[in-house]
Amino acid sequence: MLKINNLHAQVEDKEILKGINLEMKAGEVHAIMGPNGSGKSTLASVIAGKENFEVTDGSVELDGEDLEDISPEERAHKGVFLSFQYPVEIPGVSVTNFMKTAINESRKAKGLEEMPAKDMLKLIREKSELLEIDRKFLSRSLNEGFSGGEKKRNEIFQMAMLEPKLAILDETDSGLDIDALRIVANGVNKLKSKDNAVLVITHYQRLLDYIVPDFVHVLHNGKIVKSGGKELALELEEKGYDWLKQEAAV
Amino acid sequence: MAYTEEELKKELETKEYEYGFYTDIESDTFPKGLNEDIVRAISKKKNEPQWMTDWRLEAFRIWESMEEPEWANVNYEKPDFQAISYYSAPKKADPNKTLDDVDPELLEMYRKLGISVDEQKKLQNVAVDIVVDSVSVATTFKKTLAEKGIIFMPISEAIQEHPELVKKYMGTVVPKTDNFYAALNSAVFTDGSFCYIPKGVKCPMELSTYFRINEGGTGQFERTLVIADESSYVSYLEGCTAPSRDENQLHAAVVELIALDDAEIKYSTVQNWFPGNAEGKGGVYNFVTKRAICEKNAKVSWTQVETGSAVTWKYPSCILKGDNSIGEFYSIAVTNNYQQADTGTKMIHLGKNTKSTIISKGISAGKSQNSYRGLVQVGSRALNARNFSQCDSLLMGNECGAHTFPYIEAKNKTAQIEHEATTSKIGEDQIFYCNQRGIDTEKAIALIVNGFSKEVLNKLPMEFAVEAQKLLEISLEGSVG
Ligand SMILES: Nc1ncnc2c1ncn2[C@@H]1O[C@H](COP(=O)(O)OP(=O)(O)OP(=O)(O)O)[C@@H](O)[C@H]1O
Ligand SMILES: [Mg+2]
Repeated sequence: MLKINNLHAQVEDKEILKGINLEMKAGEVHAIMGPNGSGKSTLASVIAGKENFEVTDGSVELDGEDLEDISPEERAHKGVFLSFQYPVEIPGVSVTNFMKTAINESRKAKGLEEMPAKDMLKLIREKSELLEIDRKFLSRSLNEGFSGGEKKRNEIFQMAMLEPKLAILDETDSGLDIDALRIVANGVNKLKSKDNAVLVITHYQRLLDYIVPDFVHVLHNGKIVKSGGKELALELEEKGYDWLKQEAAV
Repeated sequence: MAYTEEELKKELETKEYEYGFYTDIESDTFPKGLNEDIVRAISKKKNEPQWMTDWRLEAFRIWESMEEPEWANVNYEKPDFQAISYYSAPKKADPNKTLDDVDPELLEMYRKLGISVDEQKKLQNVAVDIVVDSVSVATTFKKTLAEKGIIFMPISEAIQEHPELVKKYMGTVVPKTDNFYAALNSAVFTDGSFCYIPKGVKCPMELSTYFRINEGGTGQFERTLVIADESSYVSYLEGCTAPSRDENQLHAAVVELIALDDAEIKYSTVQNWFPGNAEGKGGVYNFVTKRAICEKNAKVSWTQVETGSAVTWKYPSCILKGDNSIGEFYSIAVTNNYQQADTGTKMIHLGKNTKSTIISKGISAGKSQNSYRGLVQVGSRALNARNFSQCDSLLMGNECGAHTFPYIEAKNKTAQIEHEATTSKIGEDQIFYCNQRGIDTEKAIALIVNGFSKEVLNKLPMEFAVEAQKLLEISLEGSVG
């Protein structure tokens, strides 16, 4: 589904991604771990098409299609979803209105009619229940005054609404309390199928206890320096990153 | 399409004025220039009684002795008042017309404006008066309104048919001497709407006037007078458009609202005069005086969505004369390219327990300048006066400006006055967030701007809110893609 070949990306002449190779198949869950500043969020943004980052070499392919000239919104229409590490606030725009716009824009791009209000309401009800979100919450301005955990839960609510093919969760676990972590992880698991894929960026094993990855990759200094199965995450938890950094330096 | 500041700027510059067509209807236009003879000729053309002619002439003399004001935060080439024609009427508009007699080309024009009279007629609850250039062309629903004793007609007709009301109220809220443009308007106003709601009557429909400048080199000086008698209610809508032209056109209107004891008036405006092109050429000079007087327990709400005009100078105000009276001002002002807006309100608290609320949302893009100017004045007898003001500015790009000039004058110690102001910018991160959810940049800006303006948009009547929202989108994004 996702194929990243020798991806190099820079911002303001500073190279951040230095040759990333990654392949994800439908039905798989991959986790990316790595020290602060190693380029995890940058990788997520580049996959989503943020143009501040200039791709200087390599490519990102979705279902065999090179995404180079595809705008962020078109990538979204093709099923790419990013749960942001730092979701932004949009004052005066309710969660409901935002989702309605997002869904209808995607439908429009596919030549479909707007979703009837009845169906929209049903969908909202279903997904807000899945994530145990209070309905009152949905009429509030998007992310404005939301607590850190509420923002993250709201990101996954949006993911549930949009049912993406490829979901990238950038530190969705940070800020969530223990119960919320379980609810959100369950939500993600319920949305998982053999046709979609999830890329989880995290620092902690505890999320991976719930969303069990098929593969774990370690990003360091803009490169994947180690890949393995789910046990790699446990090893990292125990040993930290130093041994890998040393290995990479050799 | 990802968003960078540079791209946004380009995009905004390509905006086009959607209503910039010119309708080729024969019109009857006065020679350019202004003197007593022209004032007399206007009065004669309208078949006015002597008192009206004298009123105009007095205003003209006052105007002649006045200087054009300079204090607003706007820069423009002063209009040459002798280069303007002060009367232009579409020729085929007969004063005794019915809707069916209206020039088909005019009707076509309304259709382009999106306000097809035919449709409007069918549209329940909106009675429309349309003023093109200087003359009122069609008033719908006259009969329905008459049954309730409501008078809604062009002011020129009201001068003939209800001189006692016009005489009693015209100039009482905005005197001829008030300011330069008000004096000019008093001398040369050619049409506008008149509305009277009798005691205890709740007007069953929105009353609406649509203004349009069509003829080149003309000015439009309409005069609106709304009187809500005791315990009555009316919601009034005003829409404005003008075709694109290279030269600047002058629009100097006067609106007077009179809310007698326990009455309520809601006055909503969507102003979309031609703002000039991307280089700042052309556009309407919009110098408007709007003021309301509130008697005991009366309430007036001004709601405005200002997206057009090259230069706007406009301060819909409330004189809270009666005890317990309430004044409200809700405003969205959008400026783009080289537009300049200096707008706001004055809340004059004279009575006891008077309350006012001001919510102003300024949105600036391109190289435009957007100023809020507001005065809250509390007189010495106004015990327990309260005011809340909130002024928010949203900036797009780095070349535009937002300014806030709040003036507070309180002569009574019991006054409670609160003022809040914020300035924000549409961020790349907000746009990318929307993009990532499948919303393109154009739609994203519309969404963000609508969110920013929501408190004010919510105050508009439904029919208008949709139009206003669309207008905000058009004003800011243009026809890219
Ligand atoms: N717009 C930018 N301008 C300059 N430097 C940037 C920009 N965006 C990211 N960087 C730098 O790129 C590097 C990688 O950042 P990134 O956010 O991808 O790290 P991360 O792996 O997600 O870290 P964390 O675990 O702290 O979230 C950092 O050194 C960061 O400072
Ligand atoms: Mg990060």
